[in-house]
Amino acid sequence: MSRVGILMRTTAVRLSALYLVLFSLCAAFLVFYVTGMSQRLLDQQTKDAVSVEVSQIEAIYGRAGINGLLRTLERRARQPGAALYVIAGPTGEIFAGNVASLQPGLLAKEGWTDEAFAYQRYTDENGKDRHVALAHVLFLDNGLRVLVGRDLQEPEKFRVLVRQALMVALGVMGIGALIIWFAIGRNALKRIDRMSDASTRIMAGDLSQRLPMSGSGDEFDRLSESLNAMLGRIEKLNEGLRQVSDNIAHDLKTPLTRLRNKAEAALSHNTSIDGYRGSMDEIINESDQLIRTFNALLMISRVEAGSSAAEMSDVDLSQSVADCVELYEPLADEHALALEAEVEPGISITGNRELIGQALGNLIDNAIKYSEGAADPRILVRLVRRDGAAVVSVADFGPGVPDDKREVVVQRFVRLDQSRSKPGTGLGLSLVEAVMELHHGSLSLGSTLPEADGAKGLTTEMVFPQGQS
Amino acid sequence: MFSRKHCESDGTGSMVSHMKILIVEDDLEAAAYLSKAFREAGIVSDHASDGESGLFMASENSYDALVIDRMLPRRDGLSVITELRARGIHTPVLILSALGQVDDRVTGLRAGGDDYLPKPYAFNELLARIEVLGRRKGAPEQDMVYRVGDLELDRLSHTVKRQGRELLLQPREFRLLEYLMKNAGQVVTRTMLLENVWDYHFDPQTNVIDVHVSRLRAKIEKDFDQPLLRTVRGAGYMIKDEPKVEGRAEA
Repeated sequence: MSRVGILMRTTAVRLSALYLVLFSLCAAFLVFYVTGMSQRLLDQQTKDAVSVEVSQIEAIYGRAGINGLLRTLERRARQPGAALYVIAGPTGEIFAGNVASLQPGLLAKEGWTDEAFAYQRYTDENGKDRHVALAHVLFLDNGLRVLVGRDLQEPEKFRVLVRQALMVALGVMGIGALIIWFAIGRNALKRIDRMSDASTRIMAGDLSQRLPMSGSGDEFDRLSESLNAMLGRIEKLNEGLRQVSDNIAHDLKTPLTRLRNKAEAALSHNTSIDGYRGSMDEIINESDQLIRTFNALLMISRVEAGSSAAEMSDVDLSQSVADCVELYEPLADEHALALEAEVEPGISITGNRELIGQALGNLIDNAIKYSEGAADPRILVRLVRRDGAAVVSVADFGPGVPDDKREVVVQRFVRLDQSRSKPGTGLGLSLVEAVMELHHGSLSLGSTLPEADGAKGLTTEMVFPQGQS
Repeated sequence: MFSRKHCESDGTGSMVSHMKILIVEDDLEAAAYLSKAFREAGIVSDHASDGESGLFMASENSYDALVIDRMLPRRDGLSVITELRARGIHTPVLILSALGQVDDRVTGLRAGGDDYLPKPYAFNELLARIEVLGRRKGAPEQDMVYRVGDLELDRLSHTVKRQGRELLLQPREFRLLEYLMKNAGQVVTRTMLLENVWDYHFDPQTNVIDVHVSRLRAKIEKDFDQPLLRTVRGAGYMIKDEPKVEGRAEA
């Protein structure tokens, strides 16, 4: 497509074209309105002047008779100017005045001539100049007719002048608009070209590229800015995804390798049935752990897929929290920990009971696992209303999570315990976060005892925003 | 029915020996493995490899339970179940599926399935569930008092007595014991307990259920000579009267 063709397709140019059409219509209206109004004004002035003169003439005729009238008219007709004077007989023959010929039939009717009429002056040569005038006809009682008028040439000239001035002004404006238009269109097109060039490079795989900004803070900059923010987010997600797939590769390959090694070892070393049995048990345990990891991963991705994947209903959160505490209480007891619950009654939300139960279970399970050596062998589970939200918190007094690790620990397969001596998939908190996202809530990690020197403990909070009573 | 009653009273633990089930599974290797494993557990099984033939066989023959895979050629598992129910056939169905998440379970059970087991599964889990389903078909559920040996659970008054002496149980412990006794003589897995007693279907990752069961065991066996609640290695738990019977899963 040609450059002009592309230009014609840009929104700026199309909008400008629309404006131009509207502008032209308005301008045409303006021209006609202004000239029309000025003509009316001039006509009115002319008529006023003529009316004044007609009443003067009537007065003179009444005072001085026909002779006085003739004298006055003769005098006035000789003066240069635009005034017309005619005295004619009842049949229309001109006796005196400054007019050579009139349009026929003009003197037949008393009062204002219906419209502007053509006439010739004595000063005109061979009738070349045709004049136009407006006049008032007066019937005298002796049968004579007097015409008093004004030439319209001057007002006509003025009207033409106004019209020309307007046309020129509009023309200049139109051309100016066209030039500005073209400049804007070209400029817009250039910037869009630069943006699409940048996005082509980004699509080619270089996610670190950003769209150009002119620094003027205009619409294009704002667009680039939000697209750049989006790119930043995509880059981060992409990075996360890469990290996750690396982790998956690591966390699934490692147990698979162990599985294979165990099977191999069983084949080469064992001679007794019991030996085989033991190896088989180990292999089954190893595969169970793998299945668990897989299930947790699938679960997270299903939950992340959104609310369509999970059924939401009214959940009695108070009951759910109490149930969960009751489920884990003996386990905590076995680890010599007291699981204490403080549940505000009657809090219900819209959500998925199963997922909330699992999320809270994960948090309590973590608290039990990582409360080793806690100064205070307690785990506190609380459900409270706070600022219209329902907040479920699990607090332990274990070593806690350092401030700078709190973001990381929620990521998939991240386990701070480097030796990985505790059982677990490293997916527990990731699932909790996914579940909270599904419920439009949030998961936050903090210290139970922020002031303490040693073990600060960990407090995890699930905030459900639509908490209602 | 006669054979089942006979089995229950003979005390050999092989009370499911005359159970007959249908496996509808398109993976031939998996089906062959299941048939063999069920045969070893004393359960006779037929096999159908697609939805249409599964529907036909389930309609024509009488089975104690059906094991149906969700994704099948020619007719999917859920539609087989819906069709069977529409024909008035109420054989208990266990759905096997690689789609193991919460919502899939709900759709499966809504279609008329009685139980749901996500793949991959442990055979012991499947066996325990099939036994419970197969028994459900004829068991008198309206019994108000469950008895196992000298242990007695009254569902109306919520009391538990052993040798006439009342035992004090927490409400959840009562429900746990109730479920175990309802399925007395049968293996009940940890996930079955979590599902039926706590109504949760997730994997609790740790041995939460074990701790609950050992608490319950302490209450009902402390001060008494005869153990009732035994752990079946690699499978789950079973409440049973006879002192020296071994769990099937150990055989």
